[in-house]
Amino acid sequence: MTERYDAIVVGAGHNGLVCSALLAKAGKRVLVLEAKDQVGGAAITRAFATGYSVSACAHLLYQLQPKVRKDLGLKIEYAAENMETIALSPNGQHVRITGNRVDGVSDADTDSYRGFYKRMTRFADLLQTYMNRPPARLANGTAKDLLTLARLGLDVRLLGKTEMREFLRLIGMNIYDELVERFESPLLKGALSLDAVLGTHLGPRSPNTILTYLYRLCGNHGRLDSPAGGMSSVTEALAHAARDNGATIRTGMPVKRIIIENGRAAGVETENGDTFSSWLVVSNADPKSTIMDLVSPRNVETGFTRRVHNIRMRGNAAKLHLALDGLPTIEGLDKKDFGERMVIAPDEDYVERAFNPAKYGEFSSNPVLEVTFPSFRDSSLAPTGKHVLSAIVQYAPYKLKGGWTDATRDEFMQAAIEKLAEYAPDLPQRITASELLTPADIEKEFRITGGHWHHGELTLDQFLFVRPVGGAAQYAMPLDGLYLCGAGAHPGGGISGAAGRNAARVILSREKAA
Amino acid sequence: MTIQEVQLDRKKSPFYSRQAKLDRLNQWHEWKGYSSADAFYNAELEYFAIRNSTAVFDLTPMTKYRITGPDSLDYIDRLVTRDMRKIKPGRVAYAVWCDDQGQVIDDGTIFHLMEGEYRLCSQERHMEWLTAAAIGLDVNIKEETADIAALAVQGPTSYSVLKNLGLDGVENLKLFGLMDFDFEGTNLMVSRTGYTGDLGYELWIDPSKAEALWDALFEAGTNYGIMAIGTTALEQSRIEAGYLAAYEDFLPALATVRTGRSRSPFEIGLGWLVDFKKPNFNGRRALAREKRSGSTWRLVKLDIEGNKPASHSYIYTKKYGRFRQVGFVTSAAWSPICKHNIAIGTVRTPNGKVGDTLWVEIYYQREMHWTRLMAKAEVVGKPFWDPERRRVTPPGVY
Repeated sequence: MTERYDAIVVGAGHNGLVCSALLAKAGKRVLVLEAKDQVGGAAITRAFATGYSVSACAHLLYQLQPKVRKDLGLKIEYAAENMETIALSPNGQHVRITGNRVDGVSDADTDSYRGFYKRMTRFADLLQTYMNRPPARLANGTAKDLLTLARLGLDVRLLGKTEMREFLRLIGMNIYDELVERFESPLLKGALSLDAVLGTHLGPRSPNTILTYLYRLCGNHGRLDSPAGGMSSVTEALAHAARDNGATIRTGMPVKRIIIENGRAAGVETENGDTFSSWLVVSNADPKSTIMDLVSPRNVETGFTRRVHNIRMRGNAAKLHLALDGLPTIEGLDKKDFGERMVIAPDEDYVERAFNPAKYGEFSSNPVLEVTFPSFRDSSLAPTGKHVLSAIVQYAPYKLKGGWTDATRDEFMQAAIEKLAEYAPDLPQRITASELLTPADIEKEFRITGGHWHHGELTLDQFLFVRPVGGAAQYAMPLDGLYLCGAGAHPGGGISGAAGRNAARVILSREKAA
Repeated sequence: MTIQEVQLDRKKSPFYSRQAKLDRLNQWHEWKGYSSADAFYNAELEYFAIRNSTAVFDLTPMTKYRITGPDSLDYIDRLVTRDMRKIKPGRVAYAVWCDDQGQVIDDGTIFHLMEGEYRLCSQERHMEWLTAAAIGLDVNIKEETADIAALAVQGPTSYSVLKNLGLDGVENLKLFGLMDFDFEGTNLMVSRTGYTGDLGYELWIDPSKAEALWDALFEAGTNYGIMAIGTTALEQSRIEAGYLAAYEDFLPALATVRTGRSRSPFEIGLGWLVDFKKPNFNGRRALAREKRSGSTWRLVKLDIEGNKPASHSYIYTKKYGRFRQVGFVTSAAWSPICKHNIAIGTVRTPNGKVGDTLWVEIYYQREMHWTRLMAKAEVVGKPFWDPERRRVTPPGVY
């Protein structure tokens, strides 16, 4: 006997939860199936050593869409809000950035940064509008699609002559050229370069890095928050919202396949053989695993299969977790500064050089790092007096030459620790436990093909109308009743909830139309 | 520095040595990298060999793929629009395959050689598409164009020729069937297929035995009017049979640039090959939409008054004495066997229903001066030439 639902959501990542909460709110009987024993996908808090917990993949909140908060009435408690970014300098002459303010640089740079920030946030606001609605269809579109397109054109035009020209000039460009033209301070340029390339297979000199930088600002202008209790508190809140609206969430239920009957989605089958029926299946999994593994190419057509097969999604970011018996010392930093975000990216060329080996399937021996000490403001994460370091380390190509082994993982971890020790010399002796997740590990633990946190490189050829692929950019897959709601769909990754919200809206409006 | 010489020579078919001996005209053209003759003696004479005796056409250059592997049936079934589960081993299927938009990439024949093993023959090369179609399926695709020598043996006496060649049992070979024979210790595959619309066979053999086969065939055919033919005569006969040619009657979808230049199976008269009972095949969603909302184009077979071939003509309707252009002719010929002026064309729907009267604008030149003619054309349903002998098993002895 199989249970029947109005909608089945595959995966309880944050987007899956947003989507199921909104579907349930609209009166649907929703079942969410999650492979892991806890909800949250790549936004979870979990232990990595006895007594030490950490946000295991995403560790800072900067993109959660205000519309998602509002629609679901989310109340999230923060351990830290509006965190400062400290670009570390080996000699203690750090540069500090918050909002449009930057300290530790020349007056010219301070002014210039204010202008840069103003322009970038303005462009980001424009993009954000389109982030929160389904992308228009270019060919065979409806009147609504044409209107959306016309609005996009109009909005760009309304930036004014100069700013429109700047927008069009910058949108496909690399961030390196723009930074070098504007700023003197190597640390400032390094930190901004890092922001543009985090989580991508791009260096600051790669085209598109202005776009990825803008994407980061979409939502809250890059304002960084850290939820109390780690990322799980965000996804737990979402799960509560879903349950409160009547959705059923079942964990420890990996989905084996999406059942296709007569060319339409009909339900799912789990690894342990249970089947659940529904004419509406929404996949929070990435587009590749959805189509290649869960649906199987034999149920879709060749052109579509090929486009999905060719989505570029090879992760290049690793996650480092260290258990420390106390805070390390970093020259020029006060104790309170450990509650902020630190970056190790001494200059823009350093970041580009860190990327170079990744092009050839090697990891960076001089990596760039985004470092936080989440336990500093959140004592629930570590035993009293002890601390947790959580860092994103780049670059660690998914397709490492020779593959990721325990030995190569250790080697890369050593490179990251050595780099940290250049700034915090006493750090190595404070480490009591450690964990490094390479993209291969992220793929395995979080079931993201390629371990890419955006579920597909965020570049212009995989953006808006063509995300995840042309002909399927409006969440609906070319199989009746099958939708995507994850980061692989428009607009992309990051803990934003936009994809999940848009997907739910598309599903509901399509249903109304039918 | 020296500039490396690029090999530009045309390939020669394994039958070339024999063809060269017969060739009197030295008229050759390129066909997928091979030299292929327009005609050897006289195209008219060769045409009559197809209809009155036996014609031998070298189809080695035709693109051939071998498809094997555990998923080969699933693969082929998803690739083409018709139901391949019905095509048992030992049978051949004419099929058409589409892109996701339901536009025809090409048509061709698929030979079910043995359980799970297929040969796909087509006009165009398709490795790129075939490879894409294999993503996620366990199949092996190998181009084997040069690994097989192939001859079409077509015409009313072709059965007698093969019988005389010693192919015992060939009398039981049904239309779209295939059989294996031994030829001097080598496997000779014979299929009852062709591109002439007449009684005929296609012979498939290892290239090392090509010349021996040719010699034996012509020896066996001496008293049956056997004759080697070139492409010109074949083209004339395929129009009579109402068969389509890629790049003439439709453009392969992957070769089009402008929208609206490709065609769906419905638009080229191949709707009968589309089987919506299959839950999935390439183009299904788009074709189902087209089925609901109607097609833009329709392929027509035209029986035209007069005797001036209507090549490249515009097609018109006539209402209240006014002509309105609705399409154009894609293939045209005078049919000596039917004594009709025939053509294949493409018109906008709803025009071109069987029985409709259309008009074609024919230009012809006589002693330098051009003449324009509006000729009446009737849309016919059946192929112009479709004799009973094509199907009869065992075939008649002529």
